[in-house]
Amino acid sequence: MLNLELLQVLGLKIFFAFLMVSVVMTFAGYSVLAERKVSAWMQGRVGPNRTVLPFVGHIPFVGSFLKGIGIFQPLADGLKFLFKEEIVPGHVNKVYYYMAPLVALVPALTTMTVLPFGEFFHHSGKSTPLILADLEIGILFILAISSLGVYGIVLAGWSSNSKYPFLGGIRSSAQMISYELAMGLSLLPIFLWVSQPGSSIASLSLVEIANSQNASAWLALVQPLSALIFLVALFAETNRLPFDMPESETDLVGGFHTEYGSFKFGIFFVAEYAHIVIGSAIFTLIFLGGWHFLPWINDPWPSNWVGTLLGTGWFLIKTISLIFFFIWIRWTLPRFRYDQVMNLGWTKLLPLSLANLIFYVILVTWLDLSAATP
Amino acid sequence: MNLLDLLFFFFSSLAAGGGLLMVVSKHPVPAALFMILSLVGVASLFVLLEAFFLAILQILVYAGAVMVLFLFIIMLLDVGPDGGKASKIRILSGFAGAVAVGLIIVLLLHFSQQSGFGLSSNAWPEINADSFVNGSNLTFSTSVKNFGYGLFTKYMLPLQVAGFLLLAAMVGVIILSKKFRIKKP
Repeated sequence: MLNLELLQVLGLKIFFAFLMVSVVMTFAGYSVLAERKVSAWMQGRVGPNRTVLPFVGHIPFVGSFLKGIGIFQPLADGLKFLFKEEIVPGHVNKVYYYMAPLVALVPALTTMTVLPFGEFFHHSGKSTPLILADLEIGILFILAISSLGVYGIVLAGWSSNSKYPFLGGIRSSAQMISYELAMGLSLLPIFLWVSQPGSSIASLSLVEIANSQNASAWLALVQPLSALIFLVALFAETNRLPFDMPESETDLVGGFHTEYGSFKFGIFFVAEYAHIVIGSAIFTLIFLGGWHFLPWINDPWPSNWVGTLLGTGWFLIKTISLIFFFIWIRWTLPRFRYDQVMNLGWTKLLPLSLANLIFYVILVTWLDLSAATP
Repeated sequence: MNLLDLLFFFFSSLAAGGGLLMVVSKHPVPAALFMILSLVGVASLFVLLEAFFLAILQILVYAGAVMVLFLFIIMLLDVGPDGGKASKIRILSGFAGAVAVGLIIVLLLHFSQQSGFGLSSNAWPEINADSFVNGSNLTFSTSVKNFGYGLFTKYMLPLQVAGFLLLAAMVGVIILSKKFRIKKP
C-alpha cells in the first residue's frame, strides 16, 4: 500500500519536477526572444519591440523599456501558435503525424532530471547538490535520453508522406549517428582525467565532475580539444546552424516540419530551444566549472543561502553566455553542405577524438607510473 | 500488490506488447518504432531491478543508436508494407509462429507445474552476493566502477574475445559490401 510518507515525498518530487520544467521552458521561450533580438542587433535592425500587455505599457519609463526589449514577445508568440488555424494535410499518416512533436519534446524535457544547477548548504557546512535525481550515471543518462529526441524528427519526416520532410528525416538520423560517436568519445578523456588513480571520484555523475573543478582548473582549460569536439558535436546534435541539415530551409523548404503548422510546429520549436538550453547547461557543468567561481579561485560567497543563490546565479550566467554563443554562431556561419557535414563527422572529428582519447590514456598511465616510482 | 508490482506489470506489458506489435505490424517503420517501445520497456525493467547502468546502456546502444540506424536504412531503401521477401513465405512464417507458441506453452506449463504464477521463493534459488561472485573478492554492486573493475580484471579475456569478434564482423561487412575491382592485365 502507499503510505503517507511515500505520498509526501512523491508529491514534493512532482512539485519540484513541475517547477524545473517551467523554469527550463521559460528559458527556452526567452532564448527564442534572445535569438530574434541578437540576430536583429547583428544585422543592424531593432527586433521585436511592439508587443505589450494592456496597462503595463502605460507605466512611465518601465513600461516603455519592457516594450523596447520585447519582454512580452514570447507570450504573444505562444498565443499565436495556439490560436492559429490547425491545418492537417490530407496525405499524412495521422497517428504518427500527431505523435512526432511529442516524441521530440519529451526527451528534451526528461534530460533535466539529472541536471544539477547549484548546491544547498546545510547548517553544518556540508552541501548537497540541487538536482532532481542524483544518478551515479548522470552523463550517460543525458546522452541516452537526448539521443531519443531524433525519433521525433525522423517520425515527422516519415509520417508527413512528402519528399522534403522525408529527406530531412533521413539526414537527421544520419547526422545523429555520426556525431553521437564523436560526442561520447570526447567525454571519455574527461572522465578518465577526473577519476585518474589517486582521485576520490569514481563515477559518471555530473555533480562530482562540477565539484572537481572547484578551486582548480576548468576542464576546458585542461582538455581544450575535448571541449572543442564536444561543442561541435553539441551543435550537430541540437540541429543548430551550421548543422541544421534536417531543417535547411533553403533546399528543403522547412525540412522535417514542412507539413506542420500552428501549435504542433510550436512544440518542435520549443523542443529545439530546450535542447539548446540543456546542452549549454551540460557544457557549463562539464567544461566551465558549473556553479563554481573562476578557475583556481575559491568560491567567494559564504556557505549559506546567499552562497546557494549566488552560485546558482553564476551557473545561470555561464549558461546564458553559452546560449548567446549558440545564437552568435548561427548568425555568423553559413550552413554546411550535407556531404561536408558527413565528412567532418566521420573523417575529421571521429579520428581526432580517438587520438585525443589515446593521448590521455597514455598521459594518465604515465602520470600514474611516475607517481608510483619516484 | 504494491507500487513496485504495478510498475513491473506495466513495464513488462510494455515490453511484451511492443514485441508482439512489432511482429504483427505490416509496415517496417511502425515495426521499428514498436521495437523501440519494447526496448524501453526492458530498460525500465532493469531500472526496477536497480540496475541503472544496464538500463541506460540498453537505451543508449539499442534504442539510441542501433534503432536509429535501422530506421535510416528502412527509410533510405523506402521499404513498403510488402517490401520484404519473408512475408511471402507463408509456410516458413507459419512454422516459426507455431514454434514460438509451443515454446510459450511449455514455459507456462513449467511455471504452473512448478510454483504457479506467484513464483514462490523455491522456484529458483535466491541469488545473492555470494552466489553471484563465488570465490572472488568482487563485491556485488550495480555501480559503474564495479562493472569496469570486473570487466578489466576477472573478465578481461571474454571482453577481448568479444571485441575481436566484433572487429571480425566489421571487417567482414566491409569486404562483403565493398566491390573490389580486379585489375585486368
